[in-house]
Amino acid sequence: MSDKNKTSDDALNFKATELRLGLPGSESPERVDQRFLTLKNLCPVSGAKRVFSNAINGSNKWVFSPGSTTDVNSGSVPVKDHKPGVSVKEKKSSAAAPASKAQVVGWPPIRSFRKNTMASSQSQKQGGNTNPETEEKAKSGPETCLYVKVSMEGAPYLRKIDLKTYKSYVELSSALEKMFSCFTIGPFGSHRRCGRDGLNESRLTNLLSGSVYVVTYEDKDSDWMLVGDVPWEMFICSCKKLRIMKSS
Amino acid sequence: MDLRLPSKVLEHILSFVDSNEDRNSVSLVCKSWFETERRTRKRVFVRNCYAVTPEAVARRFPETRSLTLKGKPHFADYNLVPDGWGGYAWPWIEAMAAKCPSLDELRLKRMVVTDECLEKIAASFKDFKVLVLTSCEGFSTDGLAAIAVACSNLRELELRECIVEDLGGDWLSYFPETLTSLVSLDFSCLDSEVKLSDLERLVSRSPNLKSLKLNRAVSLDALGSLLRLAPQLVELGTGSFSDKLDQEAVSKLSQAFSEMKELKSLSGLWDVLPEYIPLLYSVCPGLTSLNLSYATVQMPDLVELLTRCSNLQKLWVMDLIEDKGLEVVASSCKELRELRVFPSGAEGLNDTNVAMTEQGLVSVSEGCPNLESVLYFCVQFTNAAMVTIARNRPNLTCFRLCVMEPFSPDHKTQQPLDEGFKAIVERCKDLQRLSVSGLLTNKAFEYIGTHGKKLRMLSIAFAGDSDLMLHHLLSGCESLNKLEIRDCPFGDTALLENAAKLETMRSLWMSSCCVSFGACKLLSQKMPKLNVEVIDEHPLETRPDSSPVERIYIYRTLAGPRLDMPEFVWTTQKNPEIGVSHLAIK
Repeated sequence: MSDKNKTSDDALNFKATELRLGLPGSESPERVDQRFLTLKNLCPVSGAKRVFSNAINGSNKWVFSPGSTTDVNSGSVPVKDHKPGVSVKEKKSSAAAPASKAQVVGWPPIRSFRKNTMASSQSQKQGGNTNPETEEKAKSGPETCLYVKVSMEGAPYLRKIDLKTYKSYVELSSALEKMFSCFTIGPFGSHRRCGRDGLNESRLTNLLSGSVYVVTYEDKDSDWMLVGDVPWEMFICSCKKLRIMKSS
Repeated sequence: MDLRLPSKVLEHILSFVDSNEDRNSVSLVCKSWFETERRTRKRVFVRNCYAVTPEAVARRFPETRSLTLKGKPHFADYNLVPDGWGGYAWPWIEAMAAKCPSLDELRLKRMVVTDECLEKIAASFKDFKVLVLTSCEGFSTDGLAAIAVACSNLRELELRECIVEDLGGDWLSYFPETLTSLVSLDFSCLDSEVKLSDLERLVSRSPNLKSLKLNRAVSLDALGSLLRLAPQLVELGTGSFSDKLDQEAVSKLSQAFSEMKELKSLSGLWDVLPEYIPLLYSVCPGLTSLNLSYATVQMPDLVELLTRCSNLQKLWVMDLIEDKGLEVVASSCKELRELRVFPSGAEGLNDTNVAMTEQGLVSVSEGCPNLESVLYFCVQFTNAAMVTIARNRPNLTCFRLCVMEPFSPDHKTQQPLDEGFKAIVERCKDLQRLSVSGLLTNKAFEYIGTHGKKLRMLSIAFAGDSDLMLHHLLSGCESLNKLEIRDCPFGDTALLENAAKLETMRSLWMSSCCVSFGACKLLSQKMPKLNVEVIDEHPLETRPDSSPVERIYIYRTLAGPRLDMPEFVWTTQKNPEIGVSHLAIK
């Protein structure tokens, strides 16, 4: 499996592998939202090649003009004729979950010091706290549910899962696979060929795209930890949020 | 006939020349002027620690008293620079210790400072006076103890938003009883509690103490006693403002505040409870700077405070202030020069429904004639608002607008925000710093390139349509010094066509754009006076020239390639195996 030796036929298949906005299974518009440039680039080669060949054609002259570099498969440039603003808005209202919840590294541009200070400030406030997330964090033990947000690098919206419904990392892992398989390609069964039970909890391997995902969680101290190190019971007590990240 | 000025005379003349810009000009006149100038320069600023070697600086300016250094690029503040990238203070401290024994002030920003560094400072500079660390990391409270114990004439110790390994509050007790010279102490970023009695003793034996910024662990009660010991403070950063106090304690605290006749700057106020806001009323009329960005009180309480701050010049606040509150600022704070509004939402994406829109900023721009610097986080904006703001305030020098949802258009017209930013750059002729956001096309950057002639620093995220955008900026903005870009769809052509421009700038940062590996190599070959760093944590095993790089950081340098690059930083010098570029681009 090599990204590098794609033929043009294979390049066409990349369309299927692209991240799209919209509900799982729905046909999403041609344009790929730029915001996920940071996180995806499932087809870096074909995308960059397109940019390149345009550049080479130009030699000294300026070849780029607004809209001329469109290549929807590259995912790197929006189609100019679309009113991107309108599309974004439409997508927002049609998606089941707000598209604005996508998490991007370093955005909005707030310094870690401020983020950490505000985070610990909010967890210190007990009464009068309207943030449902913090209320959930405070709950534990005999409560009936423990919902945490789950985000995935490159996905346009987050999900929520009830950690209480799972008894082990294995169950959590397969639930996450099912939930997020719409954002990667093909059947996830392929990853089981790795045959390592221990680590598979935290690694979801997408063999076809070559990306390996790692599941991490934010603990009570607001640190991001790798899922799987501590016993399950300890994990669900300290987990505030889950995040599925890409790791080569 | 020898017309040369005797160097003693020249030295005397130069003692009146403070500005380093002027001194740089002086040093270009001739060799003897160069020599005299370099021997008399007292303050050195190195705004990119990799632009020049520490040895070169230490050799050239042996008499320097003060060194200011900046390390990591600005986007490191937002976690875009991987850990271990660089920015180490050690080589600088070592070089200065060897050649510049008179050094007594060190100001570092975004650098990695270890305990060894702090120990070395304590051991090497006899009369060390000022240590200011901003957004630094790598040291622990043990290092602070080393400074405290050894620097017997310490005047300023300021830790501004540093990441410190906090091993406890003991470090404060290491200040000797003989230390009476303290003027400024800022430990607001530390977590651990310091012993109140140590702090009180330190404060009482520091008659020159003008600035004290406490950490959150200092209780409200403790604050009262500290203020009584130091009513002369000009700058105060409180600790946590939410402990429950009894009536007597409250009135004592109120009394303490009212005794502070010199107070000009107030910050801290973490989690301040609404019922404590009135405690601050007595100091409000004298305040020129107020940082409420950690004060989680609602608009009505903020308004009560701000109506009393008629001399305020700098206000930092959260969006809890809402449009209504900003209207009050506009009518009460006529001296306002700088406004920063931060988001209060849990993830910064405004989970809570807050009534702050573009209108708030418009009001302030109307009411505050001296407003020149703005940082505004908000959920939505309009072109019309920006046009109005520009018309009201052509004197803006810094305009940083962060519409938090990427690609947000004008929420009334659904158009890109091009026209709004056009108005800003067109009208505000002295604009030096600009951050753009929202939905933007290449037009916006054409406008910026055409009109932003004094623009020195520009930050861009999730914007533009193509490479043309970068071309406009690099070819149009004559004064451009720092350009930082993330998640914009452009690549090689503009970069390579404007390569020469990069030598006139301090630095260029691009992450998650479409710059190819080959272009980086080519640029590096073409421009030997630049360091072209490809920062890739997840590179492909064999990297074709066409593959995009994760991040690229380009800066001019006299020092050549640096020797402390981690494995995820790739340059053609460090990694000759990556070969030369095979691009056909001229």
